[in-house]
Amino acid sequence: MVIDILYRRILQLFSVMLVVGVLSFLIMHSLPGDMAYRIAAGRYGQDNVSMLAAQQVAIELNLDAGLVESLMYWFNDLIRFNFGTSLVSGQNVSDMLYHQVGHSLVLAISAVLIALLISIPFGLLSVKYPRILNPFISLISVLTKSMPVFVIGIVLIAIFAIELNLAPVAGYGSWQYLLLPAFTLGISLAAVTNRVIYVNALDVSQSAFYQFSRFKGLTVKQTLLRHGVKNISAPVVTYLGIQLVIVIEGIVMIESLFSWPGIGHGLAHAIFARDVPVIQGCALMMGFLFVAVNTITDLICYKLDPRGLE
Amino acid sequence: MPTNYPTSLLQLTVSAFNRMSVKQFVGLVLLIAMLGLSLLVLCFSGFSIDGQNLQHTLTIPSLEHWLGTDQYGRSMLMRLASAIVLSLMLGVICVLTASIVGVGLGLVSVFSPARLAGFIDGVSNIVLALPALVIVLLLSAMVPGSLLMIYIAIALVQWVEYYRVTRQRAKAILASPRAENSRLLGFDNRYLIKRHIIPDLAPTLSTMMAFGAANAILMMAGLGFVYVGIQPPTAELGLMSVELFPYYQQAPWLVAQPLVAISLLVLSFHLMADSDRTSSKVSPECHLASDNSANGNFANDSSAKESTAENQSPAEVSKL
Repeated sequence: MVIDILYRRILQLFSVMLVVGVLSFLIMHSLPGDMAYRIAAGRYGQDNVSMLAAQQVAIELNLDAGLVESLMYWFNDLIRFNFGTSLVSGQNVSDMLYHQVGHSLVLAISAVLIALLISIPFGLLSVKYPRILNPFISLISVLTKSMPVFVIGIVLIAIFAIELNLAPVAGYGSWQYLLLPAFTLGISLAAVTNRVIYVNALDVSQSAFYQFSRFKGLTVKQTLLRHGVKNISAPVVTYLGIQLVIVIEGIVMIESLFSWPGIGHGLAHAIFARDVPVIQGCALMMGFLFVAVNTITDLICYKLDPRGLE
Repeated sequence: MPTNYPTSLLQLTVSAFNRMSVKQFVGLVLLIAMLGLSLLVLCFSGFSIDGQNLQHTLTIPSLEHWLGTDQYGRSMLMRLASAIVLSLMLGVICVLTASIVGVGLGLVSVFSPARLAGFIDGVSNIVLALPALVIVLLLSAMVPGSLLMIYIAIALVQWVEYYRVTRQRAKAILASPRAENSRLLGFDNRYLIKRHIIPDLAPTLSTMMAFGAANAILMMAGLGFVYVGIQPPTAELGLMSVELFPYYQQAPWLVAQPLVAISLLVLSFHLMADSDRTSSKVSPECHLASDNSANGNFANDSSAKESTAENQSPAEVSKL
């Protein structure tokens, strides 16, 4: 069964490479003007660029080959994880990605932890106080869910960085810099997650097996630990895994907003600068992250509830 | 033959109104109000979206400029109205395209030979392999600043959801006794689609479409926000937020306007989707999600169960 999960995910991985490879190849060829000239201008500055420099770039990057041939070259490089060098800075893309992925992972993991810290108590409190707290929490969730993640980010910056001066506005450095971006993503994720926890916890707490465990003499705490936690967490993990798309997509916007040097920032930046090798590398990394998250979710779900796959 | 089956468009609208929850009604009113006001402004305002007046920049709301002016002295009211209309139009067009293509291909794959169905399924899997925003970003990078490309990209990532739900549900319905019955009575596939599949799908589809419109608006704003969407001077909500943000300390009210506008647009669509009514387990994200997760069988089955249960008793559900 685990093999089955992994097999599907490997297929997905190939799809990721196919889509990213073809799309970034097309971007490369849809750039207006003489590609070599533009790249040379990007590297050496508008004033220093000459036909000679452009020709050298064309030879170096193999830009003159035919469409099909260059697509072959493209995939040949891609499969060997040879992303080439940035058209703008001349840096090795793999090195750039190595640093960026680390930063993005730190941000993403902190965001998920913050989301769980917020949503588990909120979700469970909603079940416990359905009259007093639930409508209130539900309203907050709906309102937060309607805010795009960058709106939450701007609001947090305005309140905590500019007005209260509690955290730095943007950038990367000490742990304080992590606070606002991680909370932004975490809040945006928690808005959905706490409702999922609420619905599932409500289901479980009203189910026959849960009631029965109370009748047979278990305490509230024992019932929750033995019958509650696992049954609530299986669907929640599935859903959380899916909702992690929010985080992966969110890092594009949040890293740009906070100048956090991760892959999302890298991708947005590269698209703006039309730096195709970096676009390809960052998009690929985001795809891999997506596949990894899906795989981990599947495996955890299988562990929590093996019935599903039998 | 069926008596409660709405025939005219008017009847359909009336019955849709009657089935609406309070939430959906509020959402609809909010949406119509925003669209109406924006259209009025577009028709009767004396300003244009790019007319600059550098003597009056970053002004507070006044009688002349009801919402103030931005960093170039352009009328915020006019820009906001035009951006709202742009977002709404894009959202609606994307959703219509995606749902028609998605439902169409879903039906095709149910009735067609396994090979074609497998092909469509393969394509949908490829689209689902990446986070939607990444595909949209890459596609819009191909033709920067093109509204057409943004539309194509968003519709391209959104149809899969409708396709999956349609196929899954249609399969279940075609295997059900009532469809069997209908076939034995000599009705053809077109009748089956019209009488059994579409009515069964309709509630789910309407929820998905409302969420889809919200997502399309969010995606376009996101593109504008990271500066790879529509280019200035066009007024676009995401672009406006990022352009005005540097002026936060001089003119916070200006920064707030596009942010509030996007949030209200998304909120009104979310209200119209009214996911609570159909239980948050059957929200479209979940459909996409359950299809997305490799353990398709268990997730799909459970969501199919949910959905059919929901659909068999729409009246009961709406009472909740």
